[in-house]
Amino acid sequence: MRSAKFDALLSRYYTIIIFLIPALTIFTLFVVLPIGEAAYYSFFRWNGYGAPEKFVGLKNYEFLFKNRVFIMSLKNNFYIIAISLFVQLPFALLIALMISDKLRGAAFFRTVFFLPFILAEIVTALIWAYIYDGNYGLVAAIWGFFGAEAPFILGDKDWALLAILIVIFWKFFGIHMMIYIAGLQAISKEVLEAAKVDGAGPITTAFRIKIPMLIPTIKLSVFLSLLGSLQLFDIIMPLTGGGPSNVTHSMVSYLYYFGVMRMKVGFGSAVGVVIFLICLFIAIGYQRTLMRDDNENKF
Amino acid sequence: MKTNFRTYYLYLILFFLAGVIIIPLYVSVMGGFKHTGELRTNSLGLPIDWKFENYTSLLANSDFWLFLWNSTVYAVGTTFFVVLFASMTAFVFAHVKFAANKFLYNYFLLGLMFPFATAILPLFLRVRDFGLLGTSWAVIIPQIAFGLGFSIILFRGFFRQMPKEIFEAAVCDGCSYTQFYFRFTLPLSTPILATVSVITLTGSWNNYLLPLIMINDESLYSWPMGIMVFRGEYFTDWGKILAYVSLTLVPAVVFFFTLQKYIVAGLTGGAVKE
Repeated sequence: MRSAKFDALLSRYYTIIIFLIPALTIFTLFVVLPIGEAAYYSFFRWNGYGAPEKFVGLKNYEFLFKNRVFIMSLKNNFYIIAISLFVQLPFALLIALMISDKLRGAAFFRTVFFLPFILAEIVTALIWAYIYDGNYGLVAAIWGFFGAEAPFILGDKDWALLAILIVIFWKFFGIHMMIYIAGLQAISKEVLEAAKVDGAGPITTAFRIKIPMLIPTIKLSVFLSLLGSLQLFDIIMPLTGGGPSNVTHSMVSYLYYFGVMRMKVGFGSAVGVVIFLICLFIAIGYQRTLMRDDNENKF
Repeated sequence: MKTNFRTYYLYLILFFLAGVIIIPLYVSVMGGFKHTGELRTNSLGLPIDWKFENYTSLLANSDFWLFLWNSTVYAVGTTFFVVLFASMTAFVFAHVKFAANKFLYNYFLLGLMFPFATAILPLFLRVRDFGLLGTSWAVIIPQIAFGLGFSIILFRGFFRQMPKEIFEAAVCDGCSYTQFYFRFTLPLSTPILATVSVITLTGSWNNYLLPLIMINDESLYSWPMGIMVFRGEYFTDWGKILAYVSLTLVPAVVFFFTLQKYIVAGLTGGAVKE
């Protein structure tokens, strides 16, 4: 006779196996293994056909760090990160503080500022490629208004990156604002009222109470912003495609042009590994913040 | 008086910013209705001579619909499997006690930090070696794989907040885990199902890099690939390109306004109160 308890135990094991297998298989085959394989392939010169045989050691990495275009793309990624962290996020925080209060029309502004985030990155970039167009775009109209010949910003080595940064700012500050608003709403009303009774003005309240209590939220948005910046690709393609003269590549667009399009699996993987290592470095710094159980629902 | 002044400046800044957001969208939609000559002379105003041809020729273009259809297949396929597999996995993590529970959960969590770009070349080779190239699965399966981590976190968080009593009572009544999952967990989880679906749908719908790598056959192009090809063909014919942009913009905006609650809830991890 099988006991009910035994049945329950059996049912539990079946459940574990049947419920976990699809996700575990797909995740392992298509996420975890490819990352490991990228590390392995990066030591080979290989076009993806047959087995990787031509072991080249660290040559791919050596070439990468001597390559002017790659160094440039690395720098560009750091500019993107710097602008995101030191301009975009503080700005998003400021706006969040401005409209989270009982401001009339807060919902309207929230929606409008969040709007760019829901557009496809490709579409965002195409819209801005038009805006920047020196013949037809808004830039042309503004310059024309002052009677000047409009520049082709995206074709100008000195300005193209700035133009891309503006688009990134335009598209992504809304999501960070939204994250901050969510964080601000979680601050208890009692604390804020107590501060008010004690005579704290809006600026004191912001700096002494709201921002300190928002630190976990800020850490989250910094993390998302870092990972997002490192993987930037879609926005660059319609705007400059990495040009002019390859000065506006991100690491991922570099990987696409010089690894994927030429089917250089080994070399491309080396680029991928560099991106991975930078992400890993950041993630380790964040491990304690993100892995804590009480924080996971926020993620 | 002082407060009024402050409010005045506050609104000035906010309306200025709203303008910076809205004007590019507005000029794009209107640009689709303008003749090339008018685009040059009249960027900001309403079209003087409305030209509908850019829009109508696109709507009559079978490729345009084909690409939208392909993207729909990718998005729906991905979402169905992400929701199913991630909720099953999260259910086990939330309700079933076993030794490797925490370890496996962290395994998925770690995967979240893996940048997609690192994996693209090996991923392409795997998809090729599995013989999936030239099929929709070449896009759908990797998207499922990369969508699982975040969805599992969202589901698990939600399932754990469900009252334990239902679960205990059901198990006592001889309800198996599987029955419980289908009869109680799923029907009680509509908000999180909606959130995960909406996030996965939009992610897939807007995805550019993955289809770009996986798809060579033009009959399988997603719409972001289609729009880039279109751009290549009509490089400076902005009227046509803006019409295409606008036609994809409108559904996105409508979708957003309808499902705003779920999108924001998913992205901020907790609900933003109305």
